[in-house]
Amino acid sequence: MDRKKIRFGIQAASTLIQNANFKGFFTGKIYEGASKSVCVPGLNCYSCPGAVGSCPIGSLQSFLSGIKFKFPYYVLGLLIFFGAVAGRAICGFLCPFGFLQDLIYKIPFYKKNKFKIDRFLRYLKYVVLLLLVIILPMTFNLTPFFCKYVCPEGTIAGLMLSAADSNVRSALGPLFNWKFILLMIFIITGLIVRRPFCKYVCPLGAIYGFFNKIAIYRMSHDPNKCIHCGACAKVCHMNVDPSKTPNSMECIRCGDCVDVCPKNALYLGVKKERKVPKKSETV
Amino acid sequence: MKRYLPAILLMVCAAALIGVGIYLRQPESVLHKAVRICMECIGLG
Ligand code: SF4
Ligand code: SF4
Ligand code: SF4
Repeated sequence: MDRKKIRFGIQAASTLIQNANFKGFFTGKIYEGASKSVCVPGLNCYSCPGAVGSCPIGSLQSFLSGIKFKFPYYVLGLLIFFGAVAGRAICGFLCPFGFLQDLIYKIPFYKKNKFKIDRFLRYLKYVVLLLLVIILPMTFNLTPFFCKYVCPEGTIAGLMLSAADSNVRSALGPLFNWKFILLMIFIITGLIVRRPFCKYVCPLGAIYGFFNKIAIYRMSHDPNKCIHCGACAKVCHMNVDPSKTPNSMECIRCGDCVDVCPKNALYLGVKKERKVPKKSETV
Repeated sequence: MKRYLPAILLMVCAAALIGVGIYLRQPESVLHKAVRICMECIGLG
């Protein structure tokens, strides 16, 4: 089986497992079992009727915005653990919202991933992380700013709950309308640009990006095999050039570049350190 | 092994943080938050 199919299978299975409370989709009741004391690695709202685990970003804000400040040892520990093992491979393989965006991008439509402000917009996710996930929730108690004003996963949860529960439906107001418009922007942009939310907004992707360089699951590039054909950079929808920065903070470990490399100069996964001779030794 | 040393050290730190969190009963706080519909998340807050 090729890598694309394996990744698709893992993404679908991960989404189903993280949302295995299927009856919640019909009853409009969320899961209340003990597994919700554990954060899942990807963005998956704990208010989604299917969710059987907790969202790490929502949980982080809930600690930071509490009336009595509690240092989030547990959530931070889980995030560091996930990051050290897999970095942004979590984005490529395990995150339900990343999977949804991959599905949306498959819809035939005009596609454009390389444009001028792309580089500049990438910094937005760090602003979102600092401001909406950390600083504002710590300043204004009981307000998880990212969840409340931005997160499209929460909006999807709201849509599902309102479909099953008329009380929720009748309570929808201006805040929901704002979040719905944002969700639509992410979906429509996602037809053209691959994973716009991941590239520009997601604070969880921003966190995992910091681990890409050292994570156990990472990429290596063999300069002795590389013929600098540029095929890898051309195929990458995250606009990474893995022949120059194989462990870029933007790489979601999809493996598309590894598949197109004609010289097998890229390797993705866990492996032993290979001794790469210095340039002077190869001349 | 050297290649993965930073990741392994981070995993050890992460395990220590998780341990402290469990000692402080933080998983219960996560559970407490997650078993009620979060009005902010779904846009009703
Ligand atoms: S609204 Fe978003 S960030 Fe908040 S808990 Fe839900 S999925 Fe997580
Ligand atoms: S960037 Fe965020 S939404 Fe995208 S795949 Fe990663 S965790 Fe999920
Ligand atoms: S560099 Fe390769 S693995 Fe990383 S996102 Fe681009 S194509 Fe995918």
